[in-house]
Amino acid sequence: MSDYSYYPGCSLKGTGRPYDESMQAVFAALGLGLDELDDWNCCGATAYMAIDEVQAVALAGRNLALAAATGNDVVAPCNACWLVLTKTQGKLGDDVALRDIVCGALGATCTAVNGDGPQPLRIDRDVAVRHPLDVLINDLGVDALGEAVTRPLDGLKVTPYYGCQIVRPLATFDDQADPQTMDRLLAAVGCEVVDNPYKTRCCGASQMMIMPDVGIDLVSLLIADAVARGAEAIAVACPLCQFNLEGYQRKALKEAGLEQSIPILYFTQLLGLALGLDPKRLGLHRSFVPVDSILGRRAAHV
Amino acid sequence: MAKEPKIRTEADRDREFAAWFTDLVGEEKLRRCIHCGVCSGSCPLADHMDEGPRRIMYLAREGFKDDVLSSNTIWLCTSCYACTVECPQQIPVTDVMYALKRRALEEGTYPRRHPTAVMAREFSTIVRRDGRMNEVRLFARLALKSGVLRYLGMAGMGMNVVRKRRFSLRRDTIRHRAELRKLLDTVEEHRAEVAS
Repeated sequence: MSDYSYYPGCSLKGTGRPYDESMQAVFAALGLGLDELDDWNCCGATAYMAIDEVQAVALAGRNLALAAATGNDVVAPCNACWLVLTKTQGKLGDDVALRDIVCGALGATCTAVNGDGPQPLRIDRDVAVRHPLDVLINDLGVDALGEAVTRPLDGLKVTPYYGCQIVRPLATFDDQADPQTMDRLLAAVGCEVVDNPYKTRCCGASQMMIMPDVGIDLVSLLIADAVARGAEAIAVACPLCQFNLEGYQRKALKEAGLEQSIPILYFTQLLGLALGLDPKRLGLHRSFVPVDSILGRRAAHV
Repeated sequence: MAKEPKIRTEADRDREFAAWFTDLVGEEKLRRCIHCGVCSGSCPLADHMDEGPRRIMYLAREGFKDDVLSSNTIWLCTSCYACTVECPQQIPVTDVMYALKRRALEEGTYPRRHPTAVMAREFSTIVRRDGRMNEVRLFARLALKSGVLRYLGMAGMGMNVVRKRRFSLRRDTIRHRAELRKLLDTVEEHRAEVAS
């Protein structure tokens, strides 16, 4: 029996693999059970909503139905997946006509297999959609996290970058304008948290892939500000933020007239290092920007 | 040479579009919009847009359909929701942008080969077929359909993705893809029963 259902989302199986790897390693090390949702589908992200609203709701609805059947909260580490699932849950609650159509269609067309064989899919309860930041702060707590640390990141200067969609338009577990959950987790593992006034400003999202010449200013601003404040790394909680800040970093540095690169790490990778986990299990070998400076900053085992 | 400023005439106004837009936002909310410009001021990409979000709200309310649906504004929106949370009248501007994207695709009046529109279509095609998104496949289709040249500068980054194995080697599909497709077809038949 697991504690949580896990909805990794498509990016965590691709460019966001280090997030998937570090997330699973950290949850296991902290004794939090994660069970990947069987046969989950794409949440629809922002692209499907631009094509068809009802179909977009149905896509996310199938995942909610799969999660409902498990009886557990579902953990979604990608900001976009988290928002789509959370928003869809709200829509199905508020809009009776929409709920009737989507739930009716789910029952008529989709099945899940349990002990009794194939069963029609239903959304028979409200599923709590949780971001790992929320789970670690509110279910585990910073004290328990701090106690599990074996190699504190002594004074490593890290600036947290939250991105958009876990605080806008819905801020369910953190402050909308000045979120603190990642700040607190990083401090609990020994990091010196560097203030980030742009912590919820847009990274360019999918525009960076589509039209990099349009979004590069946004990435450049985030990188230059972190460097100017003396941060040695930027911590992120979303695969798209991570990819934009790391993948386009060379171009962004050039734009800002800077030379020294800065590692962009998932907050779970930093927590994992402090928990004494093998950097490879945390996907650190998949970084584009060199991370040796970070590995060298871990304290010896305590 | 100076650009001839365009003058909108009554002939450019589409009453049906204005009524649809009013219905979409809600008449009361739309009337409360004082065009303060907070949506444009908070938009991180407003400087790249031909019209800012505020002007889109205004032009749409007045029924200038072609200006709205052919603007690049709706396609540059990244869904960061800054406008939505800042709007003093609680107008969900980001959701309005989504609805405008859908309408533009439906009417075929979006900027031709605009990569964001192409991306949305390719994305939905892959998800409909496989049930999951594969970023490498999506990018390949995007580049093929909207012009490979524009993406040459990204070759180095692509190499990084391959070198560091940040892609899935398998074709990402779900087991119940046939069911998923049936689900999408079934709800589509009922689309007319729900608003916008």
